[in-house]
Amino acid sequence: MKEDTVIIVENLTKNFGDFTAVNNISFEVKKGEIFGFLGANGAGKTTAMKMLIGISNPTSGNAQVAGFDVYKNPNDIKKNIGYMSQKFALYDDLTVKENITFFGGIYGLSRKKIEEKRCQLVEELGLQEIVNELVGSLPLGWKQKISFSVALLHNPKIVFLDEPTGGVDPITRRQFWEMIYKTAHEGTTIFVTTHYMDEAEYCDRVSIMVNGKIEALNTPKKLKEQFKTSTMNDVFLKLARG
Amino acid sequence: MKRFIGFIKKEFYHIFRDRRSLFILFGMPIAQIMLFGFAITNEINNVNIAILDHSKDETTKEIIHKIASSKYFTITASILNETEIETAFKKGHVKAVLIFEKDFSKNLGKENNATVQVIADATDPNTANTISNYVSAILQNYQQQINVAVKTSYQIIPKTRMVFNPELKSVFMFVPGVMTIILMLVSAMMTSISITREKELGTMEILLVSPLKPFQVIIGKVVPYIFLSIINAIVIVLLGIFVFNMPVQGSYFLLAAESVLFIITSLSLGILISTISASQQTAMMISLMALMLPTILLSGFIFPVSSMPLPLQIISNIVPAKWFIIILKGIMLKGVGIQFIWKSTLILVGMTLFFIGLSVKKYKIRLE
Amino acid sequence: MSISVQNISKSFKDKTALKNISFEVQEGELFGLIGPDGAGKTTLFRILTTLLFADSGTATVANFDAINDYKKIRNNVGYMPGKFSLYQDLTVEENLEFFATIFGTTIEENYDLIKDIYVQIEPFKNRRAGKLSGGMKQKLALCCALIHKPKVLFLDEPTTGVDPVSRKEFWEMLKRLQTKGITMLVSTPYMDEAALCDRIALIQDGKILEIDTPQHIVKHYPKTIYNVSANNMYQLINSLKNYEHNYSVYPFGEFVHYSDKRNDFNPTDLKLYLEKQQLQNIQISKTAATIEDTFMELAK
Repeated sequence: MKEDTVIIVENLTKNFGDFTAVNNISFEVKKGEIFGFLGANGAGKTTAMKMLIGISNPTSGNAQVAGFDVYKNPNDIKKNIGYMSQKFALYDDLTVKENITFFGGIYGLSRKKIEEKRCQLVEELGLQEIVNELVGSLPLGWKQKISFSVALLHNPKIVFLDEPTGGVDPITRRQFWEMIYKTAHEGTTIFVTTHYMDEAEYCDRVSIMVNGKIEALNTPKKLKEQFKTSTMNDVFLKLARG
Repeated sequence: MKRFIGFIKKEFYHIFRDRRSLFILFGMPIAQIMLFGFAITNEINNVNIAILDHSKDETTKEIIHKIASSKYFTITASILNETEIETAFKKGHVKAVLIFEKDFSKNLGKENNATVQVIADATDPNTANTISNYVSAILQNYQQQINVAVKTSYQIIPKTRMVFNPELKSVFMFVPGVMTIILMLVSAMMTSISITREKELGTMEILLVSPLKPFQVIIGKVVPYIFLSIINAIVIVLLGIFVFNMPVQGSYFLLAAESVLFIITSLSLGILISTISASQQTAMMISLMALMLPTILLSGFIFPVSSMPLPLQIISNIVPAKWFIIILKGIMLKGVGIQFIWKSTLILVGMTLFFIGLSVKKYKIRLE
Repeated sequence: MSISVQNISKSFKDKTALKNISFEVQEGELFGLIGPDGAGKTTLFRILTTLLFADSGTATVANFDAINDYKKIRNNVGYMPGKFSLYQDLTVEENLEFFATIFGTTIEENYDLIKDIYVQIEPFKNRRAGKLSGGMKQKLALCCALIHKPKVLFLDEPTTGVDPVSRKEFWEMLKRLQTKGITMLVSTPYMDEAALCDRIALIQDGKILEIDTPQHIVKHYPKTIYNVSANNMYQLINSLKNYEHNYSVYPFGEFVHYSDKRNDFNPTDLKLYLEKQQLQNIQISKTAATIEDTFMELAK
């Protein structure tokens, strides 16, 4: 494994009975890269992502995430990645503070470290007013920003974001992406799925999955040149509609 | 009407496609009846006991023989001295030890007085009690035999006759109890869950924004479960009759009618629960806590109501299951007609009307 | 008038969901309610579909009062709630049949209306709804909401969580439905979909920010917007944010949308500043404001 490559996927395949959800995909992601993982509903994105974060075993093929093999060391993978999904982010019935303490705890951070991180977060995100409020009472945009920060508590090498900005207002969505840029700039790799095609443009490289296969993988600029279109949306439509 | 039939058809699709629930629905009554009928019982059968016979004479031999030949006891060990008794108990092989005193025959002949000591393992007090009663009965029986020959002083011998359940079979207690629980569970829990499921899925919103009237939605939800509950009731009664030889002394028609009444009572409770809970989980919790526990504990199914403390006795009156169990026992065991159970029936009717009224009042044609 | 909303307010326990909202939707119009989650869109839909009472204000749908004539409204509208509310354990055909029956009609009777959409899911008609992909569920839900030929169709976030391909197809379907004279109120968090509506209302925090046609609404943007790009996006955003004259800085796809406080802004100044910040390949060009720009400006 090269020094700066944090995800290596080779011929990864996942079958459910007769159905091939992920069909022989291969790609690499570098350190500090923002990697967009796009595809229509049911194209196999979620299945592929589950294999990479070590909660689902591939049918065949190889994958290494953060230097660990998905078959042999799924637990080491989990220690070295952060994960944030749209569906589950934080506990609604705990306060912001309690959520941070809890998630810091499950990643084995010391009490002192958690305290330190919490102060840092409160400072950076401007949480002073809401740190003792229940997460359930916060607007969606806040929740998503906080849960992204929580996914970063243990300084993971890679963060997996599953549609992090669905339904979020446009201003918060941009603030969220600024956080992503900052995180990537500091050397953390971002692996992100989204349905907003303008967000695909923010990525360093983008892969597009169609029916379990990666049909395109390049920088947004090159993809647009390749498909002779002016937006990623059109690239996506051309590919997915066939 | 066509709308309504379409609705009921849909409900049956739900029920038959959910294999797991279907299995619980029909598997549970059978499993419970078998469990209560065979495993949990107050009767004793083939209890292992040990004998410590200090005299070893004709009389003790005869008594031991009598005990051994009864179906209640199996003599598994003969113990030679007192010190072994404790070991025998601790090993757990025997539930009781019978000790005949030295010179048992002699004492009986000379002084008309001989002692048998029964030591029973009272970790399970009910069993211990029953064992000691049975042993006493066998001894008394033997005493009567020898007394026929030798006329002695006057004696008062109580002769107890157990009516309606002469063999004291506990399964006769459990069949009405299990039937009550199952009907309550299927009717109340299943309907409340199936109504709240629509709320959770968001389909209730669409149903509300449709020309379907609220009572049609509710009745449509309930009808399939009336069918299922009736089938369950029949299965339970048949199991009782054919597997446990449970008698049905009274009229089958009355039994059926009362069962349908109780099903409707439970359904109305289920509807009431669904109007006050927003999720399937809450509906389930309320059904379990507010219905199942009182049904099992306060209905007289396991613990007799008459031996409860007064406050609980009073509370037990609001448990519908209590009245249904009274009705069931009346019909099945005593063979009484409506003239003896009209009071309980009337109470159930009243409760049903009350629950339905409350549900109608609580039912919302809107989301708030 | 197909839908009329006058001074509607609604609050829940401790939260105000709608603050004095008014708007009107013409017959046959495709009206968009554009705003993020939590803006109050769903509450408004529920009031209009007679599922909730407003605290104050009045509303009529298809000329029926939302409170007194709620039964008539329920007979005349189609409603597709946020999460595609279908019976997961019923097949495609069974779902459709069920909704047809409860509205007292049959699939055959109104097949014309749903034909275009239904043919796309017909190959899967024996599949359970729970096993459909997001796009197909959405189409089925639309068929179910249309099966009784409603006068007004309420679609609450029909495209949320659906991929761009299905979203595009869905909007094409709505456009076709419009030609059949059905009035539609659609809500969406995707700003790019707003352009497909006849008129839109931008809504945030229970307040309507603006109502107009998509073409007009962007003209309200007070400033000239420039597309700015450079070799490093992160650095570019930071540099622009630190630029003292910036009015707004928002990443927009491959560019950053930048507007300046000054009226006599000269892009060359900015270019010089950015070059000083060690950025390369700097490009600055004028661009038209989008609905999203307008929304952010109004929501600020």
